[in-house]
Amino acid sequence: MGCGTSIAIENQTRPSETAMKAAILIQRWYRRYVAHLEMRRRYTWNIFQSIEYAGEQDQLQLSSFFSFMLDNVTQMNGNGPDLISHLLDSVVDPLTEEVRQLKYEQIVVSESYSGPRLSFPLSVTDTNALLSAFKEEQTLHGKYVLQLLYETKKFLKQMPNVIYLSTSYAKEITICGDLHGSLDDLLLIFYKNGLPSAENPYIFNGDFVDRGKKSTEIIIILFAFLLLYPDHMHLNRGNHEDHIMNLRYGFTKEVMQKYKTHGREILQLLQDVFSLLPLATVIDNKVLIVHGGISDKTDLDFLSTVERHKVKSALRLPKRSTDHLNVRSCSRSSSRHSRRSRMDSPCSSGRSSRASRRRKKHSTKQGSCSSSSSSSSSSSSVCSPRVSSRNTPRRPPPSPSLPSPTDVLQVPFLDSFVSLEPPEPPREELEWQQVVDILWSDPKNQNGCSLNSFRGGGCYFGPDVTQALLQKHDLCLLIRSHECKQEGYELCHNGQVITIFSASNYYEEGSNRGAYIKLGPELVPRFFQYQVSRSTRKLTLHQRVRVAEGSALRALKEKLYAQRSELMAAFQQYDIDNTGRISTSEWAQVVESVLRLDLPWRTLRPRLARLSADGNVEYGSCFEDISPGEPIPPVTPNLAETLYRYRTDLEIIFNIIDKDHSGQISIEEFRQTWKLFTSHLGVAVNDQTIDDMARSIDFNKDGSIDFNEFLEAFRVVHKLDVKEQQQG
Amino acid sequence: EVTETSKKSIVTFSEIHHFLLSDTIITETQKRISNAFDVFDHESNKTVDVREIGTIIRSLGCFPSEADLHDIIAELEEEEPTGFVRYEKFLPTMTKILLERKFRPITEDLLLQAFEVLDQQKKGHLEPEELTKYLTQEGEPFTQEEMDEMLSAAVDPDKNVILYKDFVSMMTFDDTR
Repeated sequence: MGCGTSIAIENQTRPSETAMKAAILIQRWYRRYVAHLEMRRRYTWNIFQSIEYAGEQDQLQLSSFFSFMLDNVTQMNGNGPDLISHLLDSVVDPLTEEVRQLKYEQIVVSESYSGPRLSFPLSVTDTNALLSAFKEEQTLHGKYVLQLLYETKKFLKQMPNVIYLSTSYAKEITICGDLHGSLDDLLLIFYKNGLPSAENPYIFNGDFVDRGKKSTEIIIILFAFLLLYPDHMHLNRGNHEDHIMNLRYGFTKEVMQKYKTHGREILQLLQDVFSLLPLATVIDNKVLIVHGGISDKTDLDFLSTVERHKVKSALRLPKRSTDHLNVRSCSRSSSRHSRRSRMDSPCSSGRSSRASRRRKKHSTKQGSCSSSSSSSSSSSSVCSPRVSSRNTPRRPPPSPSLPSPTDVLQVPFLDSFVSLEPPEPPREELEWQQVVDILWSDPKNQNGCSLNSFRGGGCYFGPDVTQALLQKHDLCLLIRSHECKQEGYELCHNGQVITIFSASNYYEEGSNRGAYIKLGPELVPRFFQYQVSRSTRKLTLHQRVRVAEGSALRALKEKLYAQRSELMAAFQQYDIDNTGRISTSEWAQVVESVLRLDLPWRTLRPRLARLSADGNVEYGSCFEDISPGEPIPPVTPNLAETLYRYRTDLEIIFNIIDKDHSGQISIEEFRQTWKLFTSHLGVAVNDQTIDDMARSIDFNKDGSIDFNEFLEAFRVVHKLDVKEQQQG
Repeated sequence: EVTETSKKSIVTFSEIHHFLLSDTIITETQKRISNAFDVFDHESNKTVDVREIGTIIRSLGCFPSEADLHDIIAELEEEEPTGFVRYEKFLPTMTKILLERKFRPITEDLLLQAFEVLDQQKKGHLEPEELTKYLTQEGEPFTQEEMDEMLSAAVDPDKNVILYKDFVSMMTFDDTR
């Protein structure tokens, strides 16, 4: 049976053996193809997570730099420009409530404005108008934004830190996680699940803003519903409801671009509104909902008493009483030490489980690292002295906020160290830590509570910590967000912790689903998933994977480029005969140790570097796809790389200096800031180089620098990268 | 009671291989296996969900059938199945599979031939219904989801047929990128 001719006749009957064999073959082949695709999807995910985690380490760098700048700016010749204190420190409102309200009412909205005109108190007409307008890509006039924020602030002031809800009045409560400026996701949730109302209550668990391009629209909608249905709409604060985070992750920029006249005032008001957002919600006294997580110090009763509005940003440590000491020289060496120790001491922890494995792996080699803060934490200690930095460089210093009473602090003073009894941490600091733990912590699989890479606050909490807290307050479930999950949600700690994340395609088109939870009186969560698709034609699985993968690999190549000199030096150590080739093993080893990203490098190698005919890796090829733009002033490769590596930070700093966001700053401001930045980084750049740079950047010689052009010069440009332009 | 000397007299399978094959090949192979395993080791405790074993094996370049996989998984599971496979068990099994080059790849030509066999009337294309019938009813049948996914990639949107020659070359290209 099974010969060709009989097949033609037996068309309608049982397929021939050949046909069956063919079918099996195709199936076997296709399943293998899908597996390969799945592998690519997984490691793409790993890449995004690793880079995001690595970016957070940079976040620490930035916050420590802000502290450094603030503490040192007055010491700069006495007449240094007051660069950033007005933005980083909370502003005392000089106007009274009535005056402010009147001021907003008097803002004139031109006739030509066709967007929604809100009237307070809000009604359903207003929220509908907002939703329609935003679907049509309209922008709400600054006047109404200010009024809305002002009313929201007034409302939130009355709210406690912890909100207690009951399911008895409604069928189910819907709980959403991070939205991160993705209006599409919010609209999709409302489409699938209905708008907020008395029958349809919602809780949004923080991180409404940053990263996505529609953060403004999201908070407008959320705050509008908050005012409209105060009993059925609840918002928790997230770690991105923080003006310093907004500087880095895009919300500030978005506001300033959309609101040229009122942007600054809107941002000022937002600082207050964000800090007034409640910190936690409890349903039926059984389910706790917070944005990040908990620590072993979390206590709901204490949390209820905290003055939450005082914690404007998690990234500014409350000033210690010891800050009158001259810590300037300390901080310079500490920053250099922190950079080195970040590379030496691999205890730096991240949020992904891969990082926790790295932590575990290295904790057996260096026992002291297992439960303490990361090494890079030392850099932010300008406000408090470090412990025995020179004597035991490997042991990371304890948290600045709560040193144990038996520790004696060694404070650098002139050339030696002075012993000091550490003061009792002030209440302000304890409160700050409670808040930061709630907003920044992540669950981990191992027992215990270890400090997060962010210094002094935010932990990795294990199942035992969860168990203890739930028991202490007679709760049964912790719902949190803060971490992107591929399926939009994830359970851990034996089902006692749920992570819910509502921004689909967070890293890239196709990277993950979003999800929300519905919780009824029986308190059994039901999960609903979705994924926004930007293109009208549905992408196939392999197209989605390819798009996400391309994006991840590009980001990874940028990382490689940013550390090119170090990598080449390390490669060449294996390549004694200067052949340009080393083995795959050696290549993977070098990349892993220099980049400090826990990724499957062997699996990724085909996408990053070329093999030669003899099966070895041509290590120079991993830098090929990326060609740098021509730096305007010729600088050494090291400087170019440093600029590239810290370009996000630079952008933020310049944005702060550029008060009116015109894209221009004065040469003097540039010079001052550049000096500060490089001294903080420990990069030696002499004055002459800075002057030359400043002068060459000032093309039209009018004494001001077009910062955007400066940044363009050092930005790495991909040969075929259209997306970069799209993202602006 | 296992004494030190008796422990040393137990020769493991990987030791034999170690002896027979060069160090480098073994190490490289095992590192590849380790990399692939790690991608699915979500808890970072050297275990993976048993349902991911097929994906891991296939991503290492093997083309086992579902039946082959069932056999392998039976070997890898604990006496009391936990739903997880440990790396200690997976490594020697997978090393053997790779070094023996089991489950050889299906080439582009072979794949094309298979489609041609199904195209009984030699039309040069297949109707979606035809392919669906074969793949969901014969051999090791596809689930509806698998079939839908393949169709979404295979069906030419304008002509609503599967131009299998183009499909095969596109997929093999995509696979090797």
